[in-house]
Parts: sequence; structure tokens; C-alpha cells
Amino acid sequence: MDDIQFILNGMMREALSPQTAAVAIAVIGLNIHFGFTGLLNMGQSGFMLLGAYGFGISIWHGLPMIVGLLFGFGAAFVFALVLGAPTLKLRGDYLAIVTISAAEIIRYVGRSALLVDFTGSAQGIPGSQYRTPFANLSFFGSGQFTLIPFNYTDVADGAAWVRVLGWIVIIGGIAALVYLLRGGANLSGAGKGFAIGGLVVINLFLLFFLFPVPNQSTGVNGWWVRFVAWGLVLLSTFIVFLLVRSPWGRLLRGIREDEDAIRSLGKNVFSIKMQALIIGGLFGALGGIVYVLPASVQPDSMGRSLTFFCYTALLLGGAATIFGPLLGSVLFFAARIGIKYTAAAYVPDSIMNNQQTEQFSYIVVGVALMLIVIFRPQGILGNKRELQFNV
Amino acid sequence: MSDQTATPTATGNLADPAARQALTAGFDASPGAAKPDSILVVDNIVRQFGGMTAVDVQHLEVQRGLITALIGPNGAGKTTFFNLITGFDKPTTAGKGAHWAFDGRTMDKTSASSVARAGMVRTFQLTKALSAMTVRDNMMLGAQNQAGENLFKSLFRGTWGAQEKEIEAKADELLSRFKLFEKKLDYAGSLSGGQRKLLEMARALMSDPKMIMLDEPMAGVNPALTQSLLGHIQSLRDEGMTVLFVEHDMHVVRHISDWVAVMAEGRLVAEGAADTVMSDPAVIDAYLGAHHDTDLGDDALLSDNVLEELAEEVAAEDAERQAEEEAEGLR
Repeated sequence: MDDIQFILNGMMREALSPQTAAVAIAVIGLNIHFGFTGLLNMGQSGFMLLGAYGFGISIWHGLPMIVGLLFGFGAAFVFALVLGAPTLKLRGDYLAIVTISAAEIIRYVGRSALLVDFTGSAQGIPGSQYRTPFANLSFFGSGQFTLIPFNYTDVADGAAWVRVLGWIVIIGGIAALVYLLRGGANLSGAGKGFAIGGLVVINLFLLFFLFPVPNQSTGVNGWWVRFVAWGLVLLSTFIVFLLVRSPWGRLLRGIREDEDAIRSLGKNVFSIKMQALIIGGLFGALGGIVYVLPASVQPDSMGRSLTFFCYTALLLGGAATIFGPLLGSVLFFAARIGIKYTAAAYVPDSIMNNQQTEQFSYIVVGVALMLIVIFRPQGILGNKRELQFNV
Repeated sequence: MSDQTATPTATGNLADPAARQALTAGFDASPGAAKPDSILVVDNIVRQFGGMTAVDVQHLEVQRGLITALIGPNGAGKTTFFNLITGFDKPTTAGKGAHWAFDGRTMDKTSASSVARAGMVRTFQLTKALSAMTVRDNMMLGAQNQAGENLFKSLFRGTWGAQEKEIEAKADELLSRFKLFEKKLDYAGSLSGGQRKLLEMARALMSDPKMIMLDEPMAGVNPALTQSLLGHIQSLRDEGMTVLFVEHDMHVVRHISDWVAVMAEGRLVAEGAADTVMSDPAVIDAYLGAHHDTDLGDDALLSDNVLEELAEEVAAEDAERQAEEEAEGLR
């Protein structure tokens, strides 16, 4: 029981971690690119890194935080313009080539020893140099608390029936979620989305009840960062919801299906694609800023692999859906930690040591991604009909 | 959303067949002849793919308010010509004398989307229905000047909600005209080939174009629907729209077109009223074939005496051709 408790606690911690939220925001941006517009952006981590650099360097050099944010977004804006101008008139593949190399260029420039006064070269900028103004905004006070002030240890001294009941309710919640996702209850569109979102939230609260996660209120990895990070995830999701239900969102999907058809209807395809690239890139920059708040601006932590994690999370949750990026990111990171801890707990060290379990978790995630793409190509929340007719 | 109403031109009301006949009777029937009221004027458009010249049109004018058919054998450059004047392709002579104007507006350097916004909307030979979107969404994309297509306004439903309702009503109206109303919530990918043709034509009409260019609109559409489609096209003309269409079905061409232009090997080879053009020996030779008037679907043709008659005719023609060749050889 203790092992399971430990594994589930670890998964919970990872699912709630601000870095998961940060990646979720970047995936929301990537969803605008890839899911809705069909732009194959392979350099989302480049947008994240630029956002983080703009934010970190400005504050490190004594500018106020709001200017730091503006620099972060401005850098991503310019990056999108520079990448999009030559490539958006060409076929989609070229954007993929250009973005992946441009993101690498950003990373290598950031690592270069010449820029040590700005980017801190390969060591990066330590979080303590830019985090203070953000931490000072906290109204959470200091000390520790669990998110839900009561938990099963308070109820009947944590008797077995409390745990069993808690689990039954959670399983029921997940079953209801699956039922909704499979098109039950005759809900559709936004109503369905919000019902699903509500169930997810209720299930999360119940998980908290079963596995209370104690944490600092304010600090490097405290509740304040989590609160802001997940608040931004919800805000971003809401903005994307507003965007894609509008005629502008309809244009994006039209461009994904057939650019020439949209052109023949008198729409400026290049301009719309550029707008989509910029908006998604700005979400990427925001994700990058959140990503470095509890850590440091480390160029190598935002390399190619982060872009591919973003794609995995997006495909897992379902491209071209509103809640897919959120669900996909949480599941992806929680599942990876779950696999890693399970392997560490149950596989003897002589077969797989701690370092190998880390690698093993990535292998399993990769295989899982392949299975998803083969057996459920639309992802968990995706609409089968939207994919079915794609040739 | 401006209503298209009958526009009486200097040459009379074109909804009246007699007026149209009187008008076209006055046209010069040589290829590239001037028209009294041209909506589209094309000069010196050449498009080469490597060494092959796909299109070489020196001059072409399309009369406003009429249905003009563009016919020609496969590979004659009709679709390439469409692509060139709608901005989907660039002529090899771009900047070297190529010039075309729509409704008095020079279109040499205009992008495909601006061409459509200027009022010249096209459809495609291979339909471009947006498969993973519903039929109605397909239609609604066709409407012009949508406030909600602006990135910032799109966030606030108040700025586009009312317009969206109007567009939706218009889309539904057009869909029922094209017998697709029951399908409006289906994904366009589930439509048949013929239905996609209909959808594409209906979608093009969402923008209230001045001129609509249809690339083989009847290919793959069943006979009953062809009839009603022809009716639609004629009523569009009667409302004042100019129609230019590519079609291989000569019955269709004869039935609805007021004027016919013939292309072969990239060049404009003939122009004229449908009947005149179809009896032009050059056109018959290049495209129609001697027996284009024979209805191959008619079982009576399979009776022995008809077949014999045909065989005799063919033999006579062969003999004639041989005689000609010999005569040429003697010369």
C-alpha cells in the first residue's frame, strides 16, 4: 500500500506541477498551429525559450516585470514574423524545416559564451535573478498547506472504508467522464466541453482528498506558482475557445483543409496563417515564462525533446479540441512519472537501476504514443469524424 | 450582401432571349473579337511549362451578362487559362506584355484572393470541398466581409453574431436551392462527387460574385440534377451575373451558352454562337469529331441500317480525305 501511495503521490505532484501547466500552455499554442491551422511548427520550444529569455534577461538587468513580459512576448512575435514571412507561402513541410532549425539556432545562440552577460551561456540564468518580483506578488502568505484542508486521515482516522469509498467515487467519476467522451448524455459542443471540464475538476479534488499534496505557500515550487500557472492555463483555454468558435476559427480549419479553396473564396490565406503562427507563438512564449518561474532559464531544458513532448501531449489529448492540450499534458507527465516510479519500486536494481527507469519511462511513453496514433488517431477527446475523411 | 437584380445594359434586358440573340448576332465571330460591353479583357497571356506552351491567348473578351462556354479538347489549356486569370498561376509573359482586366480593373498582379474579392469567383475541376468541415461551414466560409474573421473582433460575439445569423440564413437558402439542405450538418467528406460539385458552386455564390467561372460544373452530376443546375445557371445570368464555364458535354453547351469560345493547343481558335461554332470545320476537326451530333445512348442507332449508313458515311469521308491528300500530293 505504501508503494502505491508513494507512486500515486508522485503522479499527483507531477500532474499539478507548474511545469506541467507551462507545457500545457505551450501545447495550447501548438494546437492553434497544428490542430486548427495545420501548420507543422516543429520549434515550439524555440518560442518558449525566447519568452523565457525575454522575461529573465530583462528582470535580471533591472527592468520591471511588466517590461520583462513585454520583451518575452515581443521576442516571440518577431520570431513568428521572421519564420512565417518566407515560409508561409510555401508548402507546409518548409515551415517544419525552418522552425526546427530556427529553434535550435536560438538554443545555440543562448548557449554561446559570448553572451554570458545576457543569457548566462550554457549554465543559464538562475531563477533567483528574476523570480523575486513575481514571488513578491503573492498573497498566499508563507508556510505550508495542503490544497484541500481536509483529507481521509481526518475522517474516521483514515479507516479502510473511507479509502474504499473515495476510490469508488473516483472510479465512478472516471466512468462518467468516459461515458461523456464517448458521446453519451446527448451533450454536444461547449456544453459537453464544460461537463467534461467540471468532471475533471471534481475528480482532481477527490484525488487531493485521497492523496493530499502538502506544499509551501510561496516559494520556488509553491502553491502561488501553481495557482498562477493553472490560472493561465484556464485563461488560455478560454481564449482559444473564443477564437475557434468564431468565423476566424472557421477560417483556420478551412485553411487546414485546403488553402486554395479558401483563396478562391477571397480570403487572404497568408495573413490568416501569420496571425495563427503569432498567436500560437505568443502562447508558447507564455508557456516558456511559466516554465522557468520555478526553475532557471536553461537553454538545454527547452530543446527539441520538449517540442516532441508537446506534440505527444497534443496527440494524446486530441488535436483540434479545446480541452485536449490540457488533458494530454496532465496525462502525459503523470503517466511518465507513474511508469518511472513503478519501475523503480517493483523492478530490482540488478535489472534496472534508477537512471534506467528514467529512460524506460520515455520508451514506454513513446510506445504508448505509437499505439494512440494507430488505434485512436483522433486522441482522447478528438472527433473521429473530423479525422475519418482525411485522405 | 447586395442583391443581384436584372441589370438592363445598353443592349437591352439580357433576361430576354430575343435580346440576347440580337446582341450576339452583332458580335464579330472571329477569335478574340471585341465585344460591346466586355467584363473581362485578356491580352497576350502565355504560359509555358518547360518547352511546352500550355496557353497562348493573344486576345479574348467576355461579354457582360452572358453565359460564355469555353470548350476544347483535353490539354487545350482551358483550366490553366482559368488558373492564370484568377491569380492561381502566373503567366510566363508576366511583366512582358501580359495584361488582363476584370470590370475595368487591371488584374496583372492581383492575388487569387483579391481576384475573388473583386467579384470573379471560380470553382475547381477537381472539387475542393473542405472534407472535415460541415456542409454549412463550407458555405459560410464563402461569405465576404465577415467581421468575425478579424482576429480581435472574433473574441467578441457581439461584433459578429448578427452577421453570422444573416450568413447562415443565406447559406441555408442556397443549400435548399442546390438540394443540399438535408445534408447541411454532415461533413463535406461524406458527400458524393456530384454533391461536392454542387456544394462548390453554391459556396462560390455565397460571395455574390459579378462573374462566376465554373470548371466542368456538370462532370459527375446526374441528369436530373444537371437539368436543375442548368436552370440555376440561367437564372444567375438572368439576374445579371456573367458566367464563363468549361464543359465537355456539348448538349449542355448548346443548351445554355449564349456564346462559345474554342481553345485548342493553348490558342483561341474560334468564337461564335453555339450552333455556328459547332458546324465550324476547324472545331469539328480539332475537337468534336464528325459524329458529335450522334447520340450514342440511342438504341435505335444500333439497328443494322443505321450502322450501315454510318459505315457508308465514314467510308465516303475516308475516300474524300484520300482524294484530298492525293490532290495535295499532286500539287
